[in-house]
Amino acid sequence: MAAPTEAITPAPASGQPVVVVDDVHVEYRVLATGRAAGAEARGGLLQRGRGTRTVHALRGVSFVAHANESIGVIGSNGSGKSTLMRAVVGLTPTSRGSIHATARPSLLGVGAALVKELSGSRNIVLGGLAMGFTRAEIEAKHDEIVAFAGLEEFIDLPMRTYSSGMTARLKFAIATARKHDILIVDEALAVGDKTFRRRSEDRIREIRDDAGTIFLVSHSMTSIRDTCSRTLWLDRGRLVMDGPTDEVVDAYEARGS
Amino acid sequence: MGQDSRLPVAPPADRVELTRVGARPPLATYLRDVWRRREFAFALARYRIEAENRQNRLGLAWVVLKPLLNAGLYGSIFGILLASGRPDHFVEFLIIGVFVFEFFATSFTSGAKSITANTALVQSLSFPRMTLPLAVVLQRFLQFVPMLAIMLVVVGAFGHTISWTWLLLVPLVLLLLGFNTGLALVTARLTVHVRDLTNLLPFLTRITFYTAGIFYSIEERFADEPVVLRIADAVPIHEFLSLARAILLDGPLYEIRPEYWLYATAWTVGMLVVGSVFFWAAEERYGRTD
Repeated sequence: MAAPTEAITPAPASGQPVVVVDDVHVEYRVLATGRAAGAEARGGLLQRGRGTRTVHALRGVSFVAHANESIGVIGSNGSGKSTLMRAVVGLTPTSRGSIHATARPSLLGVGAALVKELSGSRNIVLGGLAMGFTRAEIEAKHDEIVAFAGLEEFIDLPMRTYSSGMTARLKFAIATARKHDILIVDEALAVGDKTFRRRSEDRIREIRDDAGTIFLVSHSMTSIRDTCSRTLWLDRGRLVMDGPTDEVVDAYEARGS
Repeated sequence: MGQDSRLPVAPPADRVELTRVGARPPLATYLRDVWRRREFAFALARYRIEAENRQNRLGLAWVVLKPLLNAGLYGSIFGILLASGRPDHFVEFLIIGVFVFEFFATSFTSGAKSITANTALVQSLSFPRMTLPLAVVLQRFLQFVPMLAIMLVVVGAFGHTISWTWLLLVPLVLLLLGFNTGLALVTARLTVHVRDLTNLLPFLTRITFYTAGIFYSIEERFADEPVVLRIADAVPIHEFLSLARAILLDGPLYEIRPEYWLYATAWTVGMLVVGSVFFWAAEERYGRTD
């Protein structure tokens, strides 16, 4: 891959550092099944360490994120974007290096509903209470959240009946109802339709202007260009490029071609 | 390459009150956080009951029906089919046993799944994870309250003296609630480490059910074996059952043994302390997928 090897220093950011990622490595040990589990695997049921393979998902990533920054994270599938974001939230332990932050980051990913057997309304209340709102505060915000997610007709149905787009919209609406210091949005906008995507990009800009820091993981270069001032490009667990969005995205799009 | 991509001027982490991501707070701060989320735990418990009820036609009735059917089943098998050594007041004895056990067993089995079954919640929002097992036990407790009422009705209907001593049930139930909470905290964390436990739990529940003296009296059955009786004295679920029966039922078999209050309290306090510390210690671990 023809990637520039020298890091581009990002434009001096105004805010103070909020996330410091220092030489982070992440290694997974996975139990290889099937082919790798050969004759010796028959030895015993409880034998660990047989057929394990180490996957080196991140190989020394470092960067500093500042307040008022929205940072795009791009790279091909399996480049370590999601792993990096999960490490920043603390859901994936680092095998080397350290990650420090001023506040506990929140991660918004695609995936299961909060509590899928309950209605959207109930999930709004639960999500709000979990984030530390009082009952009265969350009830005051309820209608706004529903309107933002565009789920007026479905809000009393159990969330297990929602489509993945609806689930992601509601989760995004709930999570962004609170002021976040650090918010990570991992592909969550990809499942939304065009209107929702525009609305959520506006919301992202709002949070950024409100002294928050946002990470946006996406395959949509349009979303990245529209919302992010700075972009990280990952490839095979390494940070290939870190700089102003236009430069990085241009280089990313020109790769290999 | 890894070196090249490093920023030239990374400020030292300690200069701007940066903390390591995901690091667990000190125990006291943590417990205060949990207390602040009590509304969350309560709402989660209530909504879950609602959702469970809505999926069944008979709804809330099942909370009472299921243990009654259980009691009926065990009563007919062990009281009639295999009728051997039925204690006095067998029906009341059995109802108290089955109902109290139901609260105990559901608390610790569903408490065990409280983290693993809520991965989505744990991964997307940051809140002290302890609220999840607490919500589960609270849910089981709220479901136990109507069972408690039925229990009192049955005991009263069989002609036992209704007296002020019945009020002793209040501290007893609170102790049981505390004990169940502590146990659920332990099982919740253990399941995160060893998923296999979920398969083992129903089996453990059944062992406890058959050995705890739900449908037979340990005191009568093992009257000649002081060792067994001494062991039984130290088993918390046996203490709770004996106290409940002694409070509610008349008769020589059901004398309150004051030392059981002491043992049960000790178990509860111990379990709560051990459970809280044990659960808190792995706070950084919950939600991880490795």
